Amino acid sequence: MTALPETTEKKLGLVIDLDTCVGCHACVVNCKEWNTSNYGEPLSDMDAYGAEPEGTFLNRVHSYEVTPASGCAQTVHFPKSCLHCEDAPCVTVCPTGASYKRVEDGIVLVNENDCMGCGLCAWACPYGARELDSLAGIMKKCTLCVDRIYNENLPEEDREPACVRTCPAGARHFGDLGDPDSDVSQLVAERGGMDLMPEMGTKPVNKYLPPREKDTLLADMALAPTSEEPKGFLKWLDKALEAL
Amino acid sequence: MHPAPSVIVFTTLSGLGFGLLAFLGLGMPDVTGGVAFLFFALGYALAVGGLLAATFHLGNKKNATKAFSQWRTSWLSREGVASVAALLVMAPFAIGRIFLGVDLTALGWIGALLSLGTVFTTSMIYAQLTTVPRWNMRWTPVLFLTHALAGGALLAGQITAAAILLAVLGLILILSWRQGDAQFDESGASLETATGLGSIGTVRQLEPPHSGQNYLLKEMAYQVGRKHSAKLRAIALGLGVVLPVLCLTVLPFSHMIALVAVLSHIAGVAAGRWLFFAEAKHVVSLYYGR
Repeated sequence: MTALPETTEKKLGLVIDLDTCVGCHACVVNCKEWNTSNYGEPLSDMDAYGAEPEGTFLNRVHSYEVTPASGCAQTVHFPKSCLHCEDAPCVTVCPTGASYKRVEDGIVLVNENDCMGCGLCAWACPYGARELDSLAGIMKKCTLCVDRIYNENLPEEDREPACVRTCPAGARHFGDLGDPDSDVSQLVAERGGMDLMPEMGTKPVNKYLPPREKDTLLADMALAPTSEEPKGFLKWLDKALEAL
Repeated sequence: MHPAPSVIVFTTLSGLGFGLLAFLGLGMPDVTGGVAFLFFALGYALAVGGLLAATFHLGNKKNATKAFSQWRTSWLSREGVASVAALLVMAPFAIGRIFLGVDLTALGWIGALLSLGTVFTTSMIYAQLTTVPRWNMRWTPVLFLTHALAGGALLAGQITAAAILLAVLGLILILSWRQGDAQFDESGASLETATGLGSIGTVRQLEPPHSGQNYLLKEMAYQVGRKHSAKLRAIALGLGVVLPVLCLTVLPFSHMIALVAVLSHIAGVAAGRWLFFAEAKHVVSLYYGR
């Protein structure tokens, strides 16, 4: 049944630091690489070498410009993938029972053997987290790399989602957001982690850390010069050369 | 939203078909034998034809039968169950009318109720989506049900009922367009809430995440319809409501004129349904600065 569980034992999810993300798209590439070659149908590309290439991706990085009422505009790179919502509307609309949210860890998944490719779940998602693969005809979405995080065949440091593992800036964090003592929960509390489009009532598990406030440089914040006058032989040489 | 032809054909035809079946179930018109056969054949052809058209847009048709399983949570699943129930219940009623000359009144009433119930479940597939504010309102089921009732009365040859219901439909179309226009702003969604960056300032897209097309843009960021909105509304209202009402009330009744009224109505409904999809803005389009 595509009813949502009352509660989940864990709330595994991502914390994305908008202050740190440099917009390199490495997470997009590693996500595609891992998920096209492992769990489920591959993520197909259409017209890959032609004039209008396109394909299925589970993670995409937008870039925005934010302009405050006064002061400089700033660029914010914005990775977006499934937020593994507590009230996931994509799950309850599914007519075949293919979409479900796991009780043990809260991950939202698609059982590809049941999906009929109607696309209603993608309509129900405010975040554009689901894409219908045009070759396979079934719905693809972020699995939180469920085939990595519990995979004992991988070295322990690789047992996290591919996007998190590959991020060169350390802008992506993975953990249990249902545990207030977890590193990710602490990070969210410390940095004022936020929900995307809260008015949609989806209660996303993934959180976004807003960009830190920009420093304003005051006159007394400049460092004093640290270079020192030469001593001994160098002092004599300096003076002698000066005198020439 | 992308106005997929299969979905427009489906909602237009099956709405009409189930509307007609509802009237037949209530014994309007009170026909038996060959005439009843023609009416029921038309009702079933429209309803089933529409349902079949809806399966054309499925990516993976072999799993379509699984869609009957999730009726406890999914409106799409409920629609599947309701439509099959309506068609099955109407069948013995139709056989009684056509071949046996008997009127299984109770069965007809249940069939009529299930037929309208099917239209309601269809409407709820759209009305439930908070992500498409234009659809996410009470007018959506009212609109679909009035469409089915007005079109059903027209096909069933119920001239007075059809004229009244068509006029009501016109009114509801106008009211739902008015409310629909305000829905997106009322939803509160903006690029600022979508990115969570509104506390810093105003947000605009600097670079899209991909240079080409993708499923999201094709399916949910369709923009062609909006600029022709006013014209299409006039066409939907003129062909769907005004012309059929004139045919029914002003002109002397003939089968030719009735046919004109029906065809005009179908064309108007299809235009309105095209707009229903094309004009609807999905909140995900905000992320793409649209």
